[in-house]
Amino acid sequence: MPLLDRHGWRDDPFERLENGLVAAAGSVLVPWAVVAEALASRRPGQALGVEVANDLDPAALRPQLAGLDLVSIVFPSYADGRGFSLARRLRRLGFERRLRARGPLIADQLADALACGFDEIELDEASAGRQPIEQWLRAAEAFTANYQRGYATTESILERRRARRNAPDRETAGAF
Amino acid sequence: MYRYDEFDERFVRERVAQFRDQVARRLDGSLTEEEFKPLRLRNGVYLQLHAYMLRIAVPYGTLSGRQLRQLALIAERYDRGYGHFTTRQNIQFNWPKLRDVPAILDLLADVEMHCIQTSGNCIRNVTADHFAGVAADEVEDPRPTAELIRQWSTNHPEFCYLPRKFKVAVTGAEEDRAAIGVHDVGLRLLRHPETGALGYRVLVGGGLGRTPIVGKVVREFLPKAELLAYLEAVMRVYNAEGRRDNKYKARVKILVHELGEEEFARRVEAEFAQLDGPSINADPEEVARIAAYFAPPAYESLPARSARLEAAKATNPALAGFVTTNVFPHRVPGYAAVTVSLKLIGGAPGDATAEQMRAVADLAERYSFDELRVSHHQNLVLPHVRQDDLPAVFAALAAAGLATANVGLVTDIIACPGLDYCALATARSIPIAQSVAERFRDPVRQQEIGPLNIKISGCINACGHHHVGHIGILGLEKNGIENYQITLGGDASEKTALGERLGPGIAAEEVPEAIERLVEVYLAARGAGESFIDTTRRIGLEPFKAAFQSFARKEVQDAAA
Ligand code: SF4
Repeated sequence: MPLLDRHGWRDDPFERLENGLVAAAGSVLVPWAVVAEALASRRPGQALGVEVANDLDPAALRPQLAGLDLVSIVFPSYADGRGFSLARRLRRLGFERRLRARGPLIADQLADALACGFDEIELDEASAGRQPIEQWLRAAEAFTANYQRGYATTESILERRRARRNAPDRETAGAF
Repeated sequence: MYRYDEFDERFVRERVAQFRDQVARRLDGSLTEEEFKPLRLRNGVYLQLHAYMLRIAVPYGTLSGRQLRQLALIAERYDRGYGHFTTRQNIQFNWPKLRDVPAILDLLADVEMHCIQTSGNCIRNVTADHFAGVAADEVEDPRPTAELIRQWSTNHPEFCYLPRKFKVAVTGAEEDRAAIGVHDVGLRLLRHPETGALGYRVLVGGGLGRTPIVGKVVREFLPKAELLAYLEAVMRVYNAEGRRDNKYKARVKILVHELGEEEFARRVEAEFAQLDGPSINADPEEVARIAAYFAPPAYESLPARSARLEAAKATNPALAGFVTTNVFPHRVPGYAAVTVSLKLIGGAPGDATAEQMRAVADLAERYSFDELRVSHHQNLVLPHVRQDDLPAVFAALAAAGLATANVGLVTDIIACPGLDYCALATARSIPIAQSVAERFRDPVRQQEIGPLNIKISGCINACGHHHVGHIGILGLEKNGIENYQITLGGDASEKTALGERLGPGIAAEEVPEAIERLVEVYLAARGAGESFIDTTRRIGLEPFKAAFQSFARKEVQDAAA
C-alpha cells in the first residue's frame, strides 16, 4: 500500500505477514496477535514490525518495544483520533524507531501525525489516488507554528514568544 | 482585551488559507463529502434546513466595538441584515453562501476573529462569566485562563479528532454565571484555603443533551501553573477511552459515569503524573503576558452613588425600571454593567440587526472602554459604564429599540433556533418564546413575578439548555405534531440542578397558559422576597405538578369534546 512521509512517497521495506512464522528474508510486519512468535522466530538482524489496533493498552506493548523496528497503528477512520494519543504514549515509553499511521487519513493530518510522533502514513489505494502527494506536503506546511508545547516538529508559538522575550532586540518574526 | 501578536495574526491568516485549500480539494474531488464535512464543521460551517450556517467564535464572549461593527457589516453584506447570538457566547449567521465563507473569514481575521472550532468533535470555543472583571465576588478574572485555553486548544494536533465535541467554561466568581457544572470541563478559580495560592477546582463530565448530568469534581485544587498539563491528561484519557461506538454515548460525561468519578480521576492523575509539566505548561511570563491584556481599564474615582442617576430616575420611571432589571453592580464605585436585552417582545431571542449591533458598538466605544460581552443568556453587556452615564445609555438604547427592561425576568427567554433553522429540530422554539413573552409582556407584572428563567430547546440536543431552566420547555414531535414537555426546578447557577418533568407533553398553543398556571402556584405560595426558584425548592414539585396536570388533562378533554 502507498506509504508517505514528510518528504514524499517512499518505498515500504516491510513485507506484511499474517502469521508469526517469519519465513521471509527481509523486513516483516506482523499482526499484534502473533508478535511473540515473530520475535522468537526472527533471524538476527532482521527488522520486525508489529501492527496494533488504536485501543491497545500501551503497557501491553511495553515489554516488546525494545525488540521492534516499526509499530504501525491502525486508524479505522480519519475521524478516530485514538491513534494520535497512542503514538504519544509509545514515544513517552521511549520507543524511538519507526512509527506508522495506517488508515484512510487525509492530507491535513500529516502535520498532526508528525507532531504526535509518527514518521509515516500508510494509505489505502483509494485515499492515495485522490490525494496527490503535493497536497500532503503543502498541508504539512499550512501552519508556521502551533500553540502546543511539547508536540511540534517546529518550535511552538509559546517557545517563539519566549525566545523573543529573551532577545528583545530581534524585531520581527522573520528572525525565526 | 486580548490583542493578537504577530504569531496569532499569522496563525489565523494561515487557518483561512487552509480552509480555502480544503474547499478547493473538496471541489476537485480530492476529498469526499464525508471527509470534507468534519473539516467544514471545524470551521463553523453547518448545513442547515434552508442554507449554510456560519458560527463565529466570540472567545469567552468578549468583543470590541470594532469587532461588533465588522459583524454588522457581515450581516449586511453576506446575510439578511441580522445575526443570532448563541448560548455559547458565539454569533451565528443563518444565510451565508458557501462560496462567500472564505471572504467572511478574511473580514473576521481583519478584526482578530475566526470560526475555529465552533463546531465538530474538538475542543470548542471556551466560555466564561460575562461579568468577568466586573463582579465583586471574583477571585480572579477568568478571561486570561480562557484565552490561554483558547490558544492551547486551537488546532491541537492530538485532540481534534475526539469522540465528540468538548466544551470548557471558566469562572472566577462565587456565583456561577458561566454554568460550569454543565460543561465537559468546568473550571472555577479559587484560593487554596491554607496557602492562599490561586488554582482551579476542576469539574469534568457535566453536560445537557439527551443525558443531562452535572459535572463531578475531579480535582479540588489544581495549582494555576499546572493547568495545561492537567488538561492534556484529561483530554488524553478521554480521547483514548471515550466511547466511539455510539454517538449518544460519546461525550466525556458518559465515560465519567461509566468508570465512576473516582476511577476517572485516578486515570487522569496517573496520566498527569507521567507528564513533564514544565515542558507543557505556559511559562509564567506567557501567563503574565496574556493577563496584562485584561488589566482593568483606567476607571475614574467616583462616588459609589451617582447623584445624576438618582435625579434622573426620580423623574423617569422607565429608566428606574431599566436600572432595576438590566444593571448589575460593578466592583468599582460609581460604575455599573449594563445588560442590553436581545429579548424584545415579539423578536427572536438573541437576534440583533446590523443597526442594533452598530448602536451597541457606539455605546461600547463611548461609554464602556470600547468593550462589550455576549452572555450565554443571549444578551449583550456593556461592562464598565459610569453610573452618571446610565441615563444617556438608556436613552440611546431606547432610540435603537434595545431598552427592553427584562433581564432575568420571565420574558428573558433563552431559545435555540429550533425548527425555523435547525436541521436536527423536532419542533419550533422561537415562536414558543414569542408567545410566552407576549403573554407576560406587561412590565409591571414581570417585575412582580421577579427572576424566572425560561429555557427552550427544539429537540433533545438541548442547545436551549432547557434542563437548567427554572422552567424548561423541550419541543418534541409526536405523530407529526409538535409537542412540548415542561420541566421545573432546573438551575444553571452554582446550585446546578436539572429540572423534572411535570407531566405529559402539551401542544404549542397551550404553552403560555401552562406557564401562567405555574406562575400562579408560585405567586400564591411565595414568602416575602422569595424568588420562583427558591419557592420551588422550598415547596417541592408537587403543587406545580398538580396544577400542571389538571390543566393538561382539561386540555385533552376539551380537545376530545
Ligand atoms: S436543541 Fe435541537 S433544535 Fe435546538 S439548536 Fe440544538 S439541535 Fe437544533
